[in-house]
Amino acid sequence: MSQPLSPWARVQTALAVLAVDPAGLKGLWLRARASDLRARVTAALPPARRLHPSIDDASLFGGVDLAATLAAGHLIRSKGLLADPTPLLLTMAERSPAGLSARLALWLDTQGPCLIALDEGADPDEGLPAALADRLGLFLDLSDLAWSDTEGLSFDAGEIAAARARLAAVRLPDKALESLTKVAFAMGIPSLRAPRLAIRAARALAAWRGEDVASDDTLRHAAELVLAHRGDLPAEAPEAEPEQAPPPPPPEGEAGEDSPPEPQEDRLPEDVLLEAIRAALPADLLAQLAAGKAARSAKGSGTGAARKGNHRGRPLPPLAGTPGAGKRIDLVATLRAAAPWQPLRRREAGSARLEIRKSDLRIKRYQQSSDRVLIFAVDASGSSAFARLAEAKGAVELLLAQAYARRDHVALIAFRGQSAELILPPTRSLVQTKRRLAGLPGGGGTPLAAGLRMAFDLAQQARARGMTPTVALLTDGRGNIALDGRADRAQAEADSLQIARALRLQGLPALVIDIANRPQPALRQMALVLDAPYLPLPRADAQRLSGVLQAALGG
Amino acid sequence: MSQPFPFSAIVGQEAMKQAMVLTAIDPGIGGVLVFGDRGTGKSTAVRALAALLPEITAVEGCPVNSARPEDVPAWAGTGLRKLVQRPTPVIDLPLGATEDRVVGALDIERALTRGEKAFEPGLLARANRGYLYIDEVNLLEDHIVDLLLDVAQSGENVVEREGLSIRHPARFVLVGSGNPEEGELRPQLLDRFGLSVEVRSPRDVETRVEVMRRRDAYENDTAAFMKKWRAKDSALRKAILAARAALGGLKTPNTVLHDCASLCIALGSDGLRGELTLLRAARAQAAYEGAATVSRSHLKTVATSTLSHRLRRDPLDEAGSGARVARILAETLP
Repeated sequence: MSQPLSPWARVQTALAVLAVDPAGLKGLWLRARASDLRARVTAALPPARRLHPSIDDASLFGGVDLAATLAAGHLIRSKGLLADPTPLLLTMAERSPAGLSARLALWLDTQGPCLIALDEGADPDEGLPAALADRLGLFLDLSDLAWSDTEGLSFDAGEIAAARARLAAVRLPDKALESLTKVAFAMGIPSLRAPRLAIRAARALAAWRGEDVASDDTLRHAAELVLAHRGDLPAEAPEAEPEQAPPPPPPEGEAGEDSPPEPQEDRLPEDVLLEAIRAALPADLLAQLAAGKAARSAKGSGTGAARKGNHRGRPLPPLAGTPGAGKRIDLVATLRAAAPWQPLRRREAGSARLEIRKSDLRIKRYQQSSDRVLIFAVDASGSSAFARLAEAKGAVELLLAQAYARRDHVALIAFRGQSAELILPPTRSLVQTKRRLAGLPGGGGTPLAAGLRMAFDLAQQARARGMTPTVALLTDGRGNIALDGRADRAQAEADSLQIARALRLQGLPALVIDIANRPQPALRQMALVLDAPYLPLPRADAQRLSGVLQAALGG
Repeated sequence: MSQPFPFSAIVGQEAMKQAMVLTAIDPGIGGVLVFGDRGTGKSTAVRALAALLPEITAVEGCPVNSARPEDVPAWAGTGLRKLVQRPTPVIDLPLGATEDRVVGALDIERALTRGEKAFEPGLLARANRGYLYIDEVNLLEDHIVDLLLDVAQSGENVVEREGLSIRHPARFVLVGSGNPEEGELRPQLLDRFGLSVEVRSPRDVETRVEVMRRRDAYENDTAAFMKKWRAKDSALRKAILAARAALGGLKTPNTVLHDCASLCIALGSDGLRGELTLLRAARAQAAYEGAATVSRSHLKTVATSTLSHRLRRDPLDEAGSGARVARILAETLP
């Protein structure tokens, strides 16, 4: 059995495949920070036009070329990037908003040949939007490659052309289609785009290698390139027990298969293929990708994340200013501002055309209320116990059930034992909430500081995405676990107050809900530090809790 | 891709295909919502539908695809008389489209060059008498959703902005798709969809392999593949046309009306839109099957897709509303 591709050979093969059949593979997801190495790789990519995540519709689909129009006196349109079927290169793809991803996905589905997405994501929750990750065929990660492992990359145009000419004639072995589909299924890849792309990759690679019928190696390498990063692989590293890494038998698959898959002279047993793919990417990278996937779907950007003041929403009166840098011109207001001056200016300039000066330019403004995210920090310690937790869970679900009418997202942090845990990342999805809340643990110490700390981090993140966070703290007493995990009551208290101060300094609105049987002075103190309403609510139930929260938040 | 994948060649996903055929028979049913995983053929089916649908007769050059010359709106210009056959429009509404692009806006070219106030129609105009497809509908901005709600309800697009006052017909079948894990849809918009279906990735290997086989054949030799499936597609098209013709003469017995009402009461669905849609869908189904009268079995066939998205959401119900409809259906209409 052949070895999996070495990391550098992987890069070379992927680029060759993309060069041979860009429209079939649909593109490349290149995960790398900006570096000489990345420059070396991108230089070998097919020539592409660059775009950035904050590109506007006019540049994508074409629009009025303002400068040229004003100079010429008649309308001059600019051509959009998507008008030509040329490859595109999306920089900082991890920041691509849902709207742009959807438009690029549509473009890829209908006319575009391919998209190269440069993903510089550093955090696990940063990554390519799922709509694109699903469509782009190839994935490369350069982080483990050292410059010394690599060499110059260039492809001979003649060879590429020859491979393209061979492409139509390449055949796949009879079982290949089935094997690739089965492997993708065994890896838990729900999307049917994945095996389709793998098949295209196998053809392109065979053409590149000059094979009439794709060889086993070719199939294996194609599967590595296309499938390896998509699967939900089990968390334990597959290398640990390479002997017993058979694919989990597909449910009902056994019954559906008419010929038992004995290893007879089967050209390419699926489990061999599966193993090769598993070995293709380092396990920690896969875990990171999986985490990113979860975070991305969890992000549930709802009606869209970061919101700027001059893109969409309800229109406000226009303002004098220069378009560009995200500001769009308001043509009607501009014309209106220029109109009274026309006779004067025409006489002055001796011309008969529309005279517009820079001072006439008006820009559009929109107002948009940003999405609110409610961050519940819930005490799940032994003293609070399960009953409270259940009520908090109920309140979250109730709030969420009403959330789509208002623009609320909900997140849930539980703190117990030594640390805090993010049970539910900000979401509007009821489906996801139910699944995540089902297994919420309870018991142990009260690491109030850790819970607040996590709420603080989460609120900052939400704010960076353009949402408005509110922290609701549900607890029954003072913390007894310090930030570093020690059971030191004094230190714990100091830590909590410190974070509370930080929350207040950041201007993050908060609520303190005291669910102890008797109101706790320490919590009142905490509320004062937070500048937050203090709501003693002994024996809270889910209904009352959500009612109180809604009232406190002003509906 | 010049030729979309043939509709009849889509493997499985019967509920989705059935729902789309029903709206093709009776556009009054009011739209399909397809919720499910990525890569399950949602977009493929919509694009295939566009090719499958019978052509419509429209006035040449009319921006809203008017059927008769006298229906052409005044702002679209005069002298448009010639009738042509054109494919049923299936218009994509991309996520993040601006209000201008959706409802139409001032025609900048004419405003700048001739100083005229003229209207440049948007996507809603182009979708008139056809389909409006929104991928990732649950991620659509709220203000666009509000616009759509209003237009889908009234069948008319009213533009009052930038000094324009324009109205034009905008009757279209709304087709939305999305992934529920990425966000919920507002109940007001959910209600506007006549039918909702849930698609899943096929769970058995054989089906998946079959999908790959057909897709591969399609990509390798599109012409031969299209030829192979053309007969099936045109048979389906004929069936749709025949069903449309039969729709008017269909009898609806009183018992069926009773069944509709009792089912909706048992399910506790909000408003009467559930009953009305259920009846329309059942009639379309009966016409498609070639029956002379609507029967209880037609009702049962379409009940899940017409009602499952209209139930009050129960956060504690794990099974999902589809299962609830099926259970109550079995109890109410044995």
